[in-house]
Amino acid sequence: MTKETILLLSTVILLLPLLGFTIIIFNQKRLGKAAGYLGSAVLGIDLILSIIVAFSKLVTFAGEGMIQTKFDWINLGTKTISIGIGVDNLTAVMLIVVTLISFLVHLFSMEYMAEDKRFPRFYAYLGIFTFSMLGIVIANNFLNMYIFWELVGLSSYLLIGFWYEKDSAANASKKAFITNRIGDLGFFAGIMIVFFTYGSFMFDDVFAGVASGLLPFDSGTMLTAAGILLFCGAIGKSAQFPLHVWLPDAMEGPTPVSALIHAATMVAAGVYLTCRIFPMLTADALIFVAYIGAITAFMAATIAITQNDFKKVLAYSTVSQLGYMIMAIGVGAYTNGFFHLVTHAWFKACLFLGSGSVIHAMHHAAHHFHDHHTDPQDIRNMGGLRKTMPLTYITFLFVTIAISGVPFTSGFLSKDGILAGTLAFGSLSGHWLIPIAGFGAAGMTAFYMFRLLIESFHGKAKTNIASHTHENNKLITGPLVLLSVLTIWVFYSFNPIDATSGWFQKSIKTPATSVPAALQFDFLMPLNAEGHNAAAHTEVATHNATNSHTELAKHEAAANTHGAEAKSAHGSHALNKFEEEMHHMHYPAMIASLLIAGLGILLSFCFYQFKVFSPDNMANMIKPFYKISLNKWYFDEIYDKTVIGLTLGFAKLLSWFDGAVIDGIVNGVATVFRGIGWFVGKFDNIVIDGFVNLTAQTTGFFGAAFRKVQTGRIQAYLIFTIVGLMILFYFLV
Amino acid sequence: MGIGLTHYLIISILLFALGVFGIATRKNAILVLMGLELILNSANINFIAFARFGGMNIEGHVAVIFVIILAAAEVAVALAIILNIYQNFRHVDVDEINQLKD
Amino acid sequence: MFNIFGIGPLTLITFLPLIGLLIILAIPAGKDEKARELSTNLYRWLTVGFTFLQLVIAIVIYMNFNNALPGINDANTMQFVEKTPWIQLHGLPIFGDLKIDYYVGIDGISAPMILLTAIVCFVATFASWSIKKAVKGFFMMYLLLDIGMMGVFISLDFFLFYVFWELMLLPMYFLIGIWGGPRKEYAAIKFFIYTLFGSVFMLLVMIGLWFTSGTFNLLDLANPANIRPDQIFSGFGTTWRLWAFVGLFVGFAIKVPTVPFHTWLPDAHVEAPTPISVILAGVLLKMGTYGMLRIAWPIFPEAVKYFQEWIALIGMVSIVYGALCALGQHKVGKRDLKKLIAYSSVSHMGYVMLGIASMTSAGVTGAIFQMFNHGTITAMLFMIVGVIYDRAHTRSMDDFGGLANKMPVYTGMMAISFFAAIGLPGMSGFVSEALVFLGAFATYPLYTVISGLGIVLGAAYMLWALQRVFFGKLPEKWSGPWDPSGKLYKHDDINGIELTALIPLAVVVIFLGIFPTYITNMMTESVNQLIHFVTVNGQFTGL
Repeated sequence: MTKETILLLSTVILLLPLLGFTIIIFNQKRLGKAAGYLGSAVLGIDLILSIIVAFSKLVTFAGEGMIQTKFDWINLGTKTISIGIGVDNLTAVMLIVVTLISFLVHLFSMEYMAEDKRFPRFYAYLGIFTFSMLGIVIANNFLNMYIFWELVGLSSYLLIGFWYEKDSAANASKKAFITNRIGDLGFFAGIMIVFFTYGSFMFDDVFAGVASGLLPFDSGTMLTAAGILLFCGAIGKSAQFPLHVWLPDAMEGPTPVSALIHAATMVAAGVYLTCRIFPMLTADALIFVAYIGAITAFMAATIAITQNDFKKVLAYSTVSQLGYMIMAIGVGAYTNGFFHLVTHAWFKACLFLGSGSVIHAMHHAAHHFHDHHTDPQDIRNMGGLRKTMPLTYITFLFVTIAISGVPFTSGFLSKDGILAGTLAFGSLSGHWLIPIAGFGAAGMTAFYMFRLLIESFHGKAKTNIASHTHENNKLITGPLVLLSVLTIWVFYSFNPIDATSGWFQKSIKTPATSVPAALQFDFLMPLNAEGHNAAAHTEVATHNATNSHTELAKHEAAANTHGAEAKSAHGSHALNKFEEEMHHMHYPAMIASLLIAGLGILLSFCFYQFKVFSPDNMANMIKPFYKISLNKWYFDEIYDKTVIGLTLGFAKLLSWFDGAVIDGIVNGVATVFRGIGWFVGKFDNIVIDGFVNLTAQTTGFFGAAFRKVQTGRIQAYLIFTIVGLMILFYFLV
Repeated sequence: MGIGLTHYLIISILLFALGVFGIATRKNAILVLMGLELILNSANINFIAFARFGGMNIEGHVAVIFVIILAAAEVAVALAIILNIYQNFRHVDVDEINQLKD
Repeated sequence: MFNIFGIGPLTLITFLPLIGLLIILAIPAGKDEKARELSTNLYRWLTVGFTFLQLVIAIVIYMNFNNALPGINDANTMQFVEKTPWIQLHGLPIFGDLKIDYYVGIDGISAPMILLTAIVCFVATFASWSIKKAVKGFFMMYLLLDIGMMGVFISLDFFLFYVFWELMLLPMYFLIGIWGGPRKEYAAIKFFIYTLFGSVFMLLVMIGLWFTSGTFNLLDLANPANIRPDQIFSGFGTTWRLWAFVGLFVGFAIKVPTVPFHTWLPDAHVEAPTPISVILAGVLLKMGTYGMLRIAWPIFPEAVKYFQEWIALIGMVSIVYGALCALGQHKVGKRDLKKLIAYSSVSHMGYVMLGIASMTSAGVTGAIFQMFNHGTITAMLFMIVGVIYDRAHTRSMDDFGGLANKMPVYTGMMAISFFAAIGLPGMSGFVSEALVFLGAFATYPLYTVISGLGIVLGAAYMLWALQRVFFGKLPEKWSGPWDPSGKLYKHDDINGIELTALIPLAVVVIFLGIFPTYITNMMTESVNQLIHFVTVNGQFTGL
């Protein structure tokens, strides 16, 4: 397969779902249930094509960078704005992730959404979502990415608000869109800096520009700022602290949507973006990214512990895991971060689809009893589903084990890599808080996931409804089985405890950073190119003599010598010091993570299965913490009072200002002139017009007087004539 | 002293004055018309007188005959109008016939 | 060059509605019910026909337009030029020999506006179906307005420009004042006087320029070589010239409108009937920014340099202020949909101001493209509000909710236009806003980033309105059909005439979102020429 074919096929992959969307949206009534088959068929073809493309990229062109093409979109005379598509290994993997999960969700929804009156529209929306998501994946430049970035925002808006009759759904969709917009504002600001500085949106051009020492506004700080601003897009889309608030609310959408968009693909787009911009992130930006990820991972995990809504637990779990990925990229464990994205996509999609299966069954059971008050999503109403829904239970158990990080699962492989990365980062940079947050979140993940599993599937049925649930049909269980199988380690690496030897980690290599050495961690600089490095370093160091990173620069000199030794010791195994350190940290991290995950699972069983401790007593003991966790750290309330309240208040004030002051001035001027007009009018009426009228009246008076003479009697006129004649005669003769 | 131009003219003036007086003072349209006739006749007398004494000769006679013919025509038309006025107003009082005024 | 009986396409496109106007004038309105109905339909279809012809001519002009010719200050590269002596007076006191030409022509700045005017005027006629009162007068005024608007965009003579500028005021006054809403008199007077107030400055500057350069020809006025010594606007960077620029700017800014000259807009929009709102937002607002680019910028380049930052600031304030007012409006008094859109216009025209202040090719191209896009998008928005107003006789958002199920197609159109207004990629609004931002960032990074708030706030108020009107539950009072007699509205959803007006706009919006070059290529040369001209001439003084 040639490169051109790969690009052509990628274009086809991109456009097929759009075609599906167009056909379905205009033929909703005509298609009816057939929309489901059409949508699934389109995605099926897409999936096959994606596998072909990914296979040929990862096998035939494995060593190549990005296979890409670009063309001019807008020509401004002085500047040209180009867009294009590209496929690299990252894209190849993402293509499969997106199309596979989308395909499975399409199948799943045929049953799950079967009774919905807007069934065809649902498939149309799924189509446009898949299109947009694929657009992000195969973008080779920032502009394309931003365009599709916004379009996934739109599809997410449409799908969250799919049941718009519910106010909560409409509110959630609006919240999601606006929150994302805030992140996108930062993203776009970053893009503006990039375009302004490098004159191009292409990733290649920009990274080459950065590598050549060209900095925005000639300042390293601005490069950091650009990186952080671009990362803001990821904060919004991947629901990172502080913009994570929209994701739990987004659970108002249909459950397949949650699985597709809010667990596996769209929210992962932020992580994908962070991967993409990784080469241009400076040391400061990376620390920022790492801390945002760590905070998110930890905070969301604490919230997930106390939630009672089945989907809310999973939502916070998603937020937490996304934080994990972001944190991984922030600390430089790029490969593992992206690896976790993929493994997480499978098991989180499976978890959500499993929750969909449960909710579907609960809903049907509730319907059977005509019970509309019991919340079918509340785990306090479940229990004992293990017996009634065995297949769902088994798959759910599988993926719960995977997400908790138990060996022989994909989750273990990726999580272990991330934790090793954080430990390495901690030991190299001294930021120990990050590994602490990482391990803490890992323990909590194991705890709350098993809590969810035990509460809903184990024990006895807590309600009548739960005991009358039934296993769903193959359209629902099929995807569950497939996704849970994908959590087995062999798909990624034959060695169940170390993924570095697997195909995945070999295909997805951490890209070399293009940031000038003075702005980058010394341990992230490539070791096999010191000569080049040193040159770049001196150049930039003189350029930024006053830069705050001189300290770092000093370190770097030492690191280079050290790096040379490291290279001789390990051959070409380690690309840089960080990878080497990560290698060292592999076993400590593994042991620690096993211990902590085991502890989490054990505690969970103690609390919920064997009731050794009572969760209620525990909650009472640490009431303040429990409250904070239950109320999601009061983020919504705080935002309501501060950001939203202030904005709306200010808007109201301005609106008043506009009406009262600005328009008041306009109307005031008008009133003043009307007043002057009134006065002038009066003057005109009385004085000037008075004079005119006086003249007229005088004339009128004389007119009236003379009028008397005009009798209209001819005899009178005759007399006047004769008298006149006689007078004339008297004077003339 | 024989009867000369002056005498005729005096008669004519008297006749003219009577005519004007009649037109000016009478309210009856017929009487106004009669006053008019007097004025015309006073003019005729003048013409005859000047034809005899003033050297107008035959022209004076011709003018008189014109005047008589005109007077006849005028009387015919005027009487017709007066008759119409009478039919419309049931009187021939000139002071009351003022509908063209205003 | 193609002429019909010696009449050029620009004259034809401008004065074609005059023929329609005269025909309508000749057709009696009819005495009884039936005749009135017949004549009403005649007026409508005549207007549709003439505006359609206009659109056809506009498309022909578009096809024959040569993208490679810059125009701006170069008379030789102006296209479709017609030049005839018009008013010639000799030996006047003070003025001397007055020479005014009928001088028309287009370049890359005006050509998109011609197309926009033709499109908006054509679709707005379909929105006029709801006009029931004095139909004859309405359509006559409508066509007169059309003439005025076209004339403004084709004029290359300041005097001619001014004549058309004022010509368009008159029908607008009546269209708002007679066919408007409850406070129509207030709104019409406010609009009229406000604009006239601005025109006064323009007139004064125009006369001053006459004394300075002895011509009304805009291209000659822009040429510094034509400035005579010892006149009011002689020299470069003098106080008088700066004041003249401010005067012109205020005159145009009122029309745009920018903060703080914008308060006539919400009133005029709220009171105006639907088609007039459509034209007001779709075309009239663009005259302000067009005037700046055509007149103020080339004639006073050094003043542009001098005030550039202030203009960008005004643009930024307009963007954020308009968006906040649109957002804040929902808690004060009646939450009127039209008012919301009017404020969104203030915000969106702020992007244009920011773009033209930036003086970069991306910024100015984006600004002109934004003028075009705002025209089509806002036209859609107002028509959509008109649809619902005709049925429910209210525009208050609080009265609605849950219309999505009652009117699915309508909701789809509304969603398209709202998301276009938000600047969603794939729609034309995104391209122009992005270009403005990319261009403005190069000149004023800080203002541009702050202006970005407009994107977020825009999403907030638009989605809020969308949710209020379409989502949630349908109020009890709208549960029945709109028109129980079934005479006016056969079904609940949007009807054919309204769709005829909306679909072309939606197609244009989406098409240009994907292939923006079909418009941007027209102006590339002109924009670069303008920037070059203003930058070079702006250097003259040591300001």
